[in-house]
Amino acid sequence: MWYFVSPDVVFGEDAISHLDEITGKKALIITDINMVNMGFSEEVKKHLSTAGLECQVFDSVESEPSIATVKKGAEVASSYRPEWIVALGGGSVMDAAKAIWVLYEKPDIQPEEINPFEPLQLRQKARLITIPTTSGTGSDSNWGFVLTDTSESRKLGLGCREVHADIAIVDPKFAAKMPPELTADTGMDALTHAIEGYTSGWKNDFSDGLCLKAIQLIFKYLPRAYRDGTDSEAREKMHNAASIAGLGFGNSMASIAHSTGHSLGALFHIPHGRAVGLFLPYAIEFAADISATNYKEIAHLLELETERLSAAASLARAVKSLAQDINQPLKIKDLGISYDSFKLSLPKLVSYADMDTQTVTAARVPTIDEYEKLFRYAYDGKTVDF
Amino acid sequence: MPIKFPSDEWIKALMQELNKSQAYRDAAKNWEGDFYFIVEPEGSLKEQTIFYMDLWHGECRSASIVKDEKEKNPEFRIWAPLSKWRRVIEKKLDPIQGLVTRQLKLKGNLMKIMKAPKAALELVNCCTLVPTDFPE
Repeated sequence: MWYFVSPDVVFGEDAISHLDEITGKKALIITDINMVNMGFSEEVKKHLSTAGLECQVFDSVESEPSIATVKKGAEVASSYRPEWIVALGGGSVMDAAKAIWVLYEKPDIQPEEINPFEPLQLRQKARLITIPTTSGTGSDSNWGFVLTDTSESRKLGLGCREVHADIAIVDPKFAAKMPPELTADTGMDALTHAIEGYTSGWKNDFSDGLCLKAIQLIFKYLPRAYRDGTDSEAREKMHNAASIAGLGFGNSMASIAHSTGHSLGALFHIPHGRAVGLFLPYAIEFAADISATNYKEIAHLLELETERLSAAASLARAVKSLAQDINQPLKIKDLGISYDSFKLSLPKLVSYADMDTQTVTAARVPTIDEYEKLFRYAYDGKTVDF
Repeated sequence: MPIKFPSDEWIKALMQELNKSQAYRDAAKNWEGDFYFIVEPEGSLKEQTIFYMDLWHGECRSASIVKDEKEKNPEFRIWAPLSKWRRVIEKKLDPIQGLVTRQLKLKGNLMKIMKAPKAALELVNCCTLVPTDFPE
């Protein structure tokens, strides 16, 4: 028994005009200051006002949103009493908006208490609209979210099946102005979602097709979107791919590129997509035997060479080659982290990864020793051979 | 020789497996908390069975069948019908997935459980090592 959860997805050029048809009285837009400065929040407000809604904007979401920020956002929501929470931004905004929405609906619970085991009974006060402005997070279309516990420098992977958007508006216009580095970081995030979603221990018939389609789109369009941000076809396909991957892995979970990436990201403040993307080839190599059939299927789809190399090795090589094309780091050393600093943090890196929820959904679950080896191999860029 | 489930002999065999397992010791090294695993009657199992386990820093300090639910006051209670426990023990139902889909019901500090998902996985891995005879 398992569930497939999805918002209504409105996608493609001018998808944002769907907001004109929303019914209600008040909406709270959750966003960050960049979205305000770029005029995106104003545009969303305009559409909501066409629909007859009054709006307020909460634009204090930072990168890697903290528990304090979401509590502040929930206070704003409680005094404004919106019927719609509208998340406009990248992954951090999506994640913060989900937590703000839950706390607005259920003021008595703490953000870190949100869990997949207990029903929340949301949608008594408001519903959620997500409008992603990066092509990677997937948080717009799934029920997971990550908050940062600043006291412990630790990321908390949280989720509940009810915490998904009612409507996801996937309009490529909002991602069109991403700079190349952000395009690359977020694109690698989407690729990691798609590959891990297809190979996790919880993969399933409903998510498989979504993950495969996303992998195909990302390999084809990410280098184009990175090289030429004005390539509107590449932008649109990547925007779709990110949400498709989000929907895919959101229903089948991820694996150890995520647990290791979360850990590295939290301790060294590496952007999420860059961190998980860096670990993806190592995660593929680590699960080469146990997920051999799945990697073969992906390799076949991408027409990769599998006669002289195993499908996993070939896929890991293709991921590295794509990462190289878009100037992404291939090893931890490339991030400018000194060996001394890495070595000092290694016990914490291992322990955080080991405790991460994505560890247990991996097809091959690493032991503590294997995690340590994985980090060491990823530091030097060595092919995983254990 | 398969051990009858649910029985005191079975939970003691699981305790032995846990205390032999390095993987469990590593995964649960920070864990402090005791459990009731409650097997609800189903089919030929006519009475509820309550397993008590005291799990502490990667070690199982005690394990036994408890006759009266009031006998102890563990931090966590997980309950499910016999058929669901069987699926967990035979690794046909992932315990975390079982909890998420509420096929297994949990009472206790959920935040604490969410910080130790791997310990749950290793505990189930140890269950599979106990040769088990399930009632029909």
